[in-house]
Amino acid sequence: MKMVAALFFNEKKGWFEMIKKDVLGIREMSKEDLIEILDTAGKMKKILVGDKNSDILKGKTVVTIFFEPSTRTRLSFEMAAKYLGAHFGNIETKTSSVVKGESLIDTVRTVEKMKADVIIVRHNMSGAPHLMAKYLDVSVINAGDGLNEHPTQALLDLMTIREKKGFFDGLKVAIVGDIVHSRVARSNIWGLQKLGAEVRLAGPATLLPKTFEKLGAKVYYDIDKAIYGVDVVMGLRIQLERQKNGLFPSKDEFSKYFGITEERMKLAKKDSILMHPGPINRNVELTSKAANATYSVIEEQVTNGVAVRMALLKMLCERRESNEINY
Amino acid sequence: MKLIIKDGIVIDGQGFNEKADILIEDGKIKGIDTRISLNDAVVIDAKGKYVFPGFVDMHTHLRQPGFEEKETIKTGTHAAVAGGYTTVACMPNTNPVIDNEVVVEYIKSIAEKEGYCKVMPIGAMTKGMLGEEISEMAKLKDVGVVALSDDGFPIMNSGLMKRIMTYGSMYDLLMITHCEDKMLSGEGVMNNGIISTKIGLRGIPHEAEEVMLARNIILAKSTGARLHVAHVSTKDSVELIKRAKAEGVNITAEVTPHNLCLTEDIVDGFDTNTKAYPPLRTREDVDALIEGLKDGTIDIIATDHAPHTKDDKKVPYDIAAFGISGIEIAFSVVYTYLVKNGLIELDDLVNYMSIEPSKLLKLSHGFKIGNDADMTIIDLNKEFTVDVDNFKSKGKNSPFNGQKLYGTVEYTIVNGKIKFKNDGNYQENNV
Repeated sequence: MKMVAALFFNEKKGWFEMIKKDVLGIREMSKEDLIEILDTAGKMKKILVGDKNSDILKGKTVVTIFFEPSTRTRLSFEMAAKYLGAHFGNIETKTSSVVKGESLIDTVRTVEKMKADVIIVRHNMSGAPHLMAKYLDVSVINAGDGLNEHPTQALLDLMTIREKKGFFDGLKVAIVGDIVHSRVARSNIWGLQKLGAEVRLAGPATLLPKTFEKLGAKVYYDIDKAIYGVDVVMGLRIQLERQKNGLFPSKDEFSKYFGITEERMKLAKKDSILMHPGPINRNVELTSKAANATYSVIEEQVTNGVAVRMALLKMLCERRESNEINY
Repeated sequence: MKLIIKDGIVIDGQGFNEKADILIEDGKIKGIDTRISLNDAVVIDAKGKYVFPGFVDMHTHLRQPGFEEKETIKTGTHAAVAGGYTTVACMPNTNPVIDNEVVVEYIKSIAEKEGYCKVMPIGAMTKGMLGEEISEMAKLKDVGVVALSDDGFPIMNSGLMKRIMTYGSMYDLLMITHCEDKMLSGEGVMNNGIISTKIGLRGIPHEAEEVMLARNIILAKSTGARLHVAHVSTKDSVELIKRAKAEGVNITAEVTPHNLCLTEDIVDGFDTNTKAYPPLRTREDVDALIEGLKDGTIDIIATDHAPHTKDDKKVPYDIAAFGISGIEIAFSVVYTYLVKNGLIELDDLVNYMSIEPSKLLKLSHGFKIGNDADMTIIDLNKEFTVDVDNFKSKGKNSPFNGQKLYGTVEYTIVNGKIKFKNDGNYQENNV
């Protein structure tokens, strides 16, 4: 039988609770889950900035399977696994819309049979990691699925905000750009709201349908109003092929009306910070000046990315062990 | 060669609702009376059960020829009789497409040999359903095609659609249209709305259906063609049809059990068995569809039985096949969701599933002396749990799997022969 969820003993809380074997999205996490992950990530960061030599994951095997090109996220997971002493493997598979799912499940099952404990999956289709999690016993971490979620990106964003701001309650965050196609935006909307922050969204109407208001966020078509008075400005990468699909008229018009500039950053609170998941299209969604300014925390986000991924790997492996899962 | 259905509550969908016996002789209905007794007749005890005229499905995918791994005429019609259906009209999206006499004859001959119920092929509107050249409609009609449709390939070229309607109306052919503006539905895989926004699946906006429906209504109005709208799914579509009917346009419409009973909410979780075209919509749409049925805007319930293999569905939502396998639980689904909850009347349900579709297909159907003895006997008090593994259909793709439903089909009789009996086994019973 497949173990989708099992009872686990929670040391802190002192009772058994249901924890999933996978990390598929922020949406299904509780506020407590998020805090626990961020706390653990804080501890992991000490290893990361220290001797990078730990045996927490000794004897564990972590494999990344990316059906979509990625350099930073994949490497970040690899570093996280290695700093904690895990065995590490990687598969890069070209994907296409005609890839049949049986082979998708078969690919991952092959890795599982090589005794992997955790697999990390990126796929261009929403729900692909959920499909794998359903049919496999191995733990699955979602490294980005279609337009749905990118939970580790949101966690590193939350960690960075927490370090810089120290609180979430009442914090105002503006997420700017191509929202409808952004899994980063979705994961952040869930995470920020669960922790008590106010989320504002800004972008052209073709990339930001009003429906997002039903998710609890405020929708703006005037970026200046969205940024006004916020604590955090988060830019998103705009995929330039969206212009070819007629979703916005030109790069120029996009950057003029929805680009984040130094001038616009002045509308935010004095001590506001600027974030971006990278890689940046410089001078399209974000000017170079803004990206390089003192309020920019983009590089720290990258470091924190390794820390949250270390935390998730540690927590998942501990859960698997405490449940004495035998495969 | 006589069969009596005894002590059942007979509902004909036309106002008759009484305990009565039905005498069947030589495959025809010979008598309906409060009490019929004959020494030489086989008796089916229908006490406490309901007897309905057999259901007629206007929208079934039997998949043969070409996609026998999904369904065959044999398994599809077996599923049909297990669901109380005695006639199914099968869609032309086979391989080869039903666009010529040979394929029609092939389907009829297989149905004759292996089928459990009556099969009426629907022909393609265009050759190969390619949306380029109009099919040989007159020839198709002559070999028994009951309607025309390009099924899931809506004809985007309005000029061509007008020519199809103009030519087809010479032969009084029913034009079944799947209304979808492909440019609006784009890469969508579910209803465009809150759930698609939440889970990051691309949405199919309701306008995709309505824009095409509005165009087809305008063309039907100018050509006088008999327009039948397949699987209506949105509130505004119901309004468009209502208005067209008021204006005297020759239009009828169908709705599927799943669009009547389920909403987009169950797509959250990525269960690919919830993926269908049209997609499951919102509560508001469902309520409008039920109202549309009640006020006569929507004429019938049709299954859009669309069986697929497990592999077709065991993939990410984006590339999973569209469609729901549902013919064998269609009645139970609608009975449980709508009749049991007091939203529609049982008599009306029989009308929507049996009498109205038979009129659209111009069949002599229903409980009239001399008609073919096509009927089904259902135990409305019996509850069962849907288990797709018990489906007669090869398609196990049902979002209702595991649900508790009321109303088990006990017998289905086609041309006076028992083609389904609820003991799990098909009985070859030549009465």
